[in-house]
Amino acid sequence: MTDDRLKTVLLEALASVAPEIDPGSVDPARDLRDQLDLDSMDFLNFMIAVHERLGIDIPEADYPQLSTLDAAIRYLERAQSAAGAR
Amino acid sequence: MSEFRMPSLGADMEAGTLVEWLRKPGDPVKRGDIVAVVETQKGAIEIEIFEDGMIDRLLVEPGRKVPVGAPLALIRRPGEAAAAPAPPAAPPTPAPVSELAAPIARPVAAPPPAPVPAGARVRISPAAAARAAQLGVDVATISGTGPDGAIALADVEARAVAPAPAAAAPPGAAAAMRSAIGAAMARSKREIPHYYLGTAVDMGRALAWLEEANRNRPVTGRLLVGALLIKAVARALGQVPELNGYWRDRAFSGAASIHIGWAISLRGGGLIAPAIRDADRKSVSELMEALRDLVKRARGGGLRSSELSDSTITVTSLGDQGVETVYGVIYPPQVALVGFGRIAQRPWCVDGGVVARPVMEATLSADHRASDGHRGGLFLAALDRLLQDPASL
Repeated sequence: MTDDRLKTVLLEALASVAPEIDPGSVDPARDLRDQLDLDSMDFLNFMIAVHERLGIDIPEADYPQLSTLDAAIRYLERAQSAAGAR
Repeated sequence: MSEFRMPSLGADMEAGTLVEWLRKPGDPVKRGDIVAVVETQKGAIEIEIFEDGMIDRLLVEPGRKVPVGAPLALIRRPGEAAAAPAPPAAPPTPAPVSELAAPIARPVAAPPPAPVPAGARVRISPAAAARAAQLGVDVATISGTGPDGAIALADVEARAVAPAPAAAAPPGAAAAMRSAIGAAMARSKREIPHYYLGTAVDMGRALAWLEEANRNRPVTGRLLVGALLIKAVARALGQVPELNGYWRDRAFSGAASIHIGWAISLRGGGLIAPAIRDADRKSVSELMEALRDLVKRARGGGLRSSELSDSTITVTSLGDQGVETVYGVIYPPQVALVGFGRIAQRPWCVDGGVVARPVMEATLSADHRASDGHRGGLFLAALDRLLQDPASL
């Protein structure tokens, strides 16, 4: 899956949690929780939405590695290539 | 015959607009069934009925705003005859008599209005058509209740009032909620002599327990610290029951069950504190499931009337926003509110040495008419003790 495709999936997952956000205005380098006012329930639902779309179960310990949109794309790329290699 | 009335969904509600009937005359109902949807300052709420029987007659049309306590429908108790004057009965259809074991009154309702198939000519009264154009309502989305399913003026107005699925809250809803919260909080500050207590809680064991529990759970089954906090509050209330209940008629009336109102901030402003019922009897996993479901429905619609009127205490957790300490305002007629702040690494004394521990400030706002600081202090101490042994929760 390309970076663009991953970005689209992540924005869709975010929109399912925070429907009022404008996907075009998300700063890819800024912390998602701060920028979109996500609480821990929102972030958990975001992770669930990513899991539903990509089938990747992100361990809780890895949450800090998905703090920004850019970081999340990099993390999911690695996770997908690791899954592909198995 | 009894009356089903517009319920009060909290100290701050004066009226509600009936959006939709989910049952029709002739339908049997039992306690707990959702029979209508009502629009309030808190959004669209599903209204439950509190008795068994049969809907005899609907007294309020969708789209009408009525005050709390106004009759919405007549309910026929089992065995009762229909109210007079009876609504026009449907043409009798011969029923297999053998199946009617008891003398049950025949349902008198008209069949549910059928949606107009796409492309079909829409039957609509001239007044309704004009109003639909004025309100910008798509008549193809309306089920008519007039003769032969024709769309009447009231149908158009009901459709305009009913929030379309997944649509944003109607304009003005945020302002209405703001004013409702303001009214309830002004009453609280005017009437309730609050006292405030706080204590710092070492959350090291609780977080370690959660981390361990979550390691083996799929993302859909993971726990948040909120579920643990709710359970701890419920258990601690068992030890200090004078914080759980209502101040009514100049006296404290203790609640038999522990229904914890969980304050949920709504994206777009305002908050709502629906109840997690019987929190003391649910496991932490069950509480987490209830919490997720509640947050989803609070934000997306579908809260039930009982969930808005049943809370016996409120819990508010503002730690995600980085707040250290919450000084809560009690939601009348409740007598206490428990607040949780952020969990942050702090210097903490253990066995004569200083170590870094994750620490959280727990606070209690309580009604001095119902309890004293000494008892409130015992509650916070019990809460702390319970959080030091998370596996027991």
